[in-house]
Amino acid sequence: MNQDSFTEKYQAKWQQFEQWLDSRDRNIPKARRPEFHDTIDIPHLYRQLCHHLSLAQSRNYSAHLIDYLNQLTLRGHQYLYQSRVNSMSGFLDFVFYEFPQLIRQRWRLFWISTILFYGPLIAVAAAIQHSPELVYSILPPEQVSEFRYMYDPEAEHIGRNRDSGDDFYMFGFYIYNNISVGFRTFAGGMLFGLGTIFFLVYNGLAIGAVAGHLIEIGYSTPFLSFVIGHGSFELTAIIIAGMAGLNLGRVLISPGQLSRIEALKRASKISMKMIYGVILMLVIAAFLEAFWSSKGAISPDTKYTVGAVLWSFIAVYFLFAGRRRAT
Amino acid sequence: MIDTRRPIQTPEGVELGLRVAGPVARAYAWLIDLFIRIAIYIVLSLVFSILGNFGMGLFMIVVFLLEWFYPVFFELYQQGATPGKKSLGIKVVNDDGTEVTLQSSLIRNLLRGIDFLPFLYGFGLVTMLFNKDFKRLGDFAAGTIVVYQDRLGKAAEIIQEPPRTPPVALTATEQKAVIQFAERINLFTIQRCSELANILSTITKATNEQGVKRLVQYANWMMGRR
Repeated sequence: MNQDSFTEKYQAKWQQFEQWLDSRDRNIPKARRPEFHDTIDIPHLYRQLCHHLSLAQSRNYSAHLIDYLNQLTLRGHQYLYQSRVNSMSGFLDFVFYEFPQLIRQRWRLFWISTILFYGPLIAVAAAIQHSPELVYSILPPEQVSEFRYMYDPEAEHIGRNRDSGDDFYMFGFYIYNNISVGFRTFAGGMLFGLGTIFFLVYNGLAIGAVAGHLIEIGYSTPFLSFVIGHGSFELTAIIIAGMAGLNLGRVLISPGQLSRIEALKRASKISMKMIYGVILMLVIAAFLEAFWSSKGAISPDTKYTVGAVLWSFIAVYFLFAGRRRAT
Repeated sequence: MIDTRRPIQTPEGVELGLRVAGPVARAYAWLIDLFIRIAIYIVLSLVFSILGNFGMGLFMIVVFLLEWFYPVFFELYQQGATPGKKSLGIKVVNDDGTEVTLQSSLIRNLLRGIDFLPFLYGFGLVTMLFNKDFKRLGDFAAGTIVVYQDRLGKAAEIIQEPPRTPPVALTATEQKAVIQFAERINLFTIQRCSELANILSTITKATNEQGVKRLVQYANWMMGRR
């Protein structure tokens, strides 16, 4: 069959399919979108179209016809094979089953990440108790005095001096800063895990230096009572962001049976799930930090108690949530 | 051969072609998006500054959302194209040609920071130049590509001429070349057409305008006009 009679014979079908696509195309403004009422067998029509495209290709029909059929088939492919998922139940499933299961499944990554973060943190904090001047080799002096001012027990509000507008300002800051830190820790995994290791160790050192210094000069009560609450969510989230990054680094170094690219694709899907959890945890942490931890009126004892409850919650959640059902 | 056409196999067993977009188009798109974001920040910082510290908190949340999720939003709800990409006629799709999903969009955009290193998408550019799909690192991890959103031109009509059988049997590719030539004669000057037609003067037994006419006649025959 030559091209002209081929076109003549099937053009009506192609136009019908095109109209069906247009009627569902969100790129076309609603007013100009054609209506489509015919009841036709779309899958059948689409398969016919695929067939016509292969015929046109193998018979070397003109480039324009092949382009036209190619574009039409591509639009059909994109529309018919798009994924339609994501719902509220998916979200609840994730929170109550999938996320804690995932973290338990990757327990090795969890411990590696934990050691990379808490190792330097504890080491530096302990070392500062022996030689206090060590803090200045990690943090610039202005920052040290700023922290000292912030946690001064003589200040009226412990932590930071602020009203409700200030609380919200800090909430915005924590969202912006902490979640960005989490994302960067994850993205660093693309450098064969080195970026992630750097961020974990660096943050561990910085936090360890601040904590060690404040404890050493006797500000431990205002400092610890401030951080204990939101720390449960925040520090654990950073550990998990580290897991997500190390997961990428691991497959880049040793992809196993798969090609590096394929291994990376699969690993990033897993890592992304961890990051969903990280975002959620860091939003909760920012909320706690801005509106609970900063309240100077609440006694340290109450804060320690609530902090203990929050830490136990985190432990129980990751140890036990989602054990009953396999997803 | 230098070719930006990327074949994808559909479950129906046919091969579809996508044209991948190179670093220049993508850099322009990124610049446009950057200017749009900067404009939004300037306007918002003026509005929010009235609200004092509360406004500054809101502002930082908005900056956070825009810096990380601006592309994600448009890729999901505007068929894979941020305003910058849309104006360049390019969009993001999955490797298999389907529309980008939340997960793949998030992966490619959260890993943007690595492509940006050491400055201005250095790693991203180097990676793009070393693979034929122009993928940056984030595209590899997410399994996405950036392609041109093809707009079809008007079909080039082949001028009606009395069909003539070619004196020698032409292969399929040769026939295709003749047809494509006949489709495009209006795009070239007559001098250029003659020049091209003269290459085949041993077959057409004619030169210049007469040769062009012969080729159009062959094309008519090949199109099945009898």
